[in-house]
Amino acid sequence: MENFEIINPQCIVDGEDTYELVYEKTTIMTDTRLHYCPGCGHSTAHKILAEVIQELGIQEDVLGVAPVGCSVFAYDYVNIDWQEAAHGRATAAATGIKRCFPDKYVFTYQGDGDLAAIGTAETIHCINRGENIMIIFINNGVYGMTSGQMAPTSLEGMKTTTSPYGRDVHKMGYPIKVSELIAPLPGAFYVTRQAVHTAAAVRKTKKAIMNGFKYQKLGKGTSFIEIVSNCPSNWKMTPLQSNDYIENEMIKFYPLGDIKVPSKEDLVNL
Amino acid sequence: MEQKEDIRLMKGNEAMAEAAIQAGMDAYFGYPITPQSEVLEYLTREVPHRTGLALQAESEVAAINMVYGAAGAGARVWTSSSSPGWSLMQEGVSYIASAQLPCLLVNVNRGGPGLGTIQPSQGDYFQATKGGGHGDYRLLVLAPNSVQEMADFVFLGFELADKYRTPVLMLSDGAIGQMMERVIFHKREIKKIPKPWAATGKTKDRERNIITSLFIQPEKMEQVNLTLMKKYAEIEKNEVRFEEIMTQDSEYLIVAYGLSARISHKVVQLAREKGLKIGLLRPITLWPFPKDVLFNLADKVKAMMTVELNAGQMVEDVRLAVNGKVKVGHYGRMGGIIPSPEEVLENLEIFIQSI
Repeated sequence: MENFEIINPQCIVDGEDTYELVYEKTTIMTDTRLHYCPGCGHSTAHKILAEVIQELGIQEDVLGVAPVGCSVFAYDYVNIDWQEAAHGRATAAATGIKRCFPDKYVFTYQGDGDLAAIGTAETIHCINRGENIMIIFINNGVYGMTSGQMAPTSLEGMKTTTSPYGRDVHKMGYPIKVSELIAPLPGAFYVTRQAVHTAAAVRKTKKAIMNGFKYQKLGKGTSFIEIVSNCPSNWKMTPLQSNDYIENEMIKFYPLGDIKVPSKEDLVNL
Repeated sequence: MEQKEDIRLMKGNEAMAEAAIQAGMDAYFGYPITPQSEVLEYLTREVPHRTGLALQAESEVAAINMVYGAAGAGARVWTSSSSPGWSLMQEGVSYIASAQLPCLLVNVNRGGPGLGTIQPSQGDYFQATKGGGHGDYRLLVLAPNSVQEMADFVFLGFELADKYRTPVLMLSDGAIGQMMERVIFHKREIKKIPKPWAATGKTKDRERNIITSLFIQPEKMEQVNLTLMKKYAEIEKNEVRFEEIMTQDSEYLIVAYGLSARISHKVVQLAREKGLKIGLLRPITLWPFPKDVLFNLADKVKAMMTVELNAGQMVEDVRLAVNGKVKVGHYGRMGGIIPSPEEVLENLEIFIQSI
């Protein structure tokens, strides 16, 4: 549309035609071109995160901790202050930040190697202390950045570069359901598993991330949001095939939904 | 009207902890390990009645990363550990150095290598001064030799860390950390400088701040390294600290730091009583190392000997500093054994005869 006039933000005039603005890119995403592979769930997750930050109006008060993994460059795409943590240590870094600056909204954004392999101790103890942060856990069952090795969450039988004949659980251990593992900890306030491969899933994830920020003001513990995602490149699939894999395989083992929700009494001051 | 001075009888570790509270620390993140667990104990006891925060982390790995996060957000923070735990922190230290985050770090050196012993040692000198973590970086290293210095160097350490945006290491040992001595907490004005680079929340008036040690383009990585090197050159120019004891007329020089310097001070006295003209050069900063004063003293003395609680580490830096002008020997005990001044003097005399 050239030569158009914006009368009000919701109404774009082009000659005699008016158009209602129903969607625009969130101002919290930068214009830096994303490096993620076509069809990768990170792009969608970043966008949801950025939209929530914009809608809540908390850009000036939110501090993110980026992991080591494909999303190590998250700080190039989401226009807030960030810290890049060592591999697995994001929850420890976030603890340091939140303890010294409790009024800020603090979150980590981590993959399955970062959070559930090298970072297992930090993940569990951060939640055990009930740190009032949000942990966003992108679970795509493989190591993306390092080109496709097995992850703690790779499904049984999954072929990866380090399980070339398929994951043999008797030799290599079992895939870990991290949400179920940490939910019993009293410090875990809100634990949910979502996805971003369908429009409906995106809406639910957005709601979950919004809660993960809002709940911080209650000071009642950690919000843990697992997002079952894909890695078309290292799953050796097309983007559409990878979405089918999420639907047919990943979600069968990692069921979506709330694992632990706060009670009505807990949310009274929200 | 003079204010009554704050004088106490305290153990080194606790004096250090008290100093940190008085220096306006925002937080301490630590993990118990002998011989410095008193730091965490003192702080968790005191902090509820004072200011700041003390948190017991689940490991030294977690503790150093909590320091990283808090320092990156602009807080005045510190941690302490001892040799095996200090080793666990090295990854974090490398990240902190590269991201240029100010903080105070403490290693209360115990015997090693490995799990070792809880007795004092100076076996971590190389680790402290040559880099315990990976990459091209340096730590500014302060070596106290008394409970008073363990307290004073906290104030100095935080100041230098902020001034240069760099981690500062206090390298103490299991004896100084545990011994009890008189310590004066001087009244002082606590200065905290603004930190516009910190990740405090992106306001409209500036671009976002990113705290990172990742610079994937080599051209950028080289620039970061050059920035660090420029900073270290400034520190070398401005921050060398040492103490000279009876060096004006000495014929032989002992070079020692920390506990070894306390022992060597007595050795100097005993030697002088016997007519031997011995002096002592005590480095206070192990990095930057007092190269220049040693190079000059090498013109005046016939030989030097280091006294260290290790197999011979600082002796290499002394040899580098004197650049072949005089012979440099070493006397040391390991495994936590502390030599008496008499034992050191005996071996000094043997060394002198061997020249």
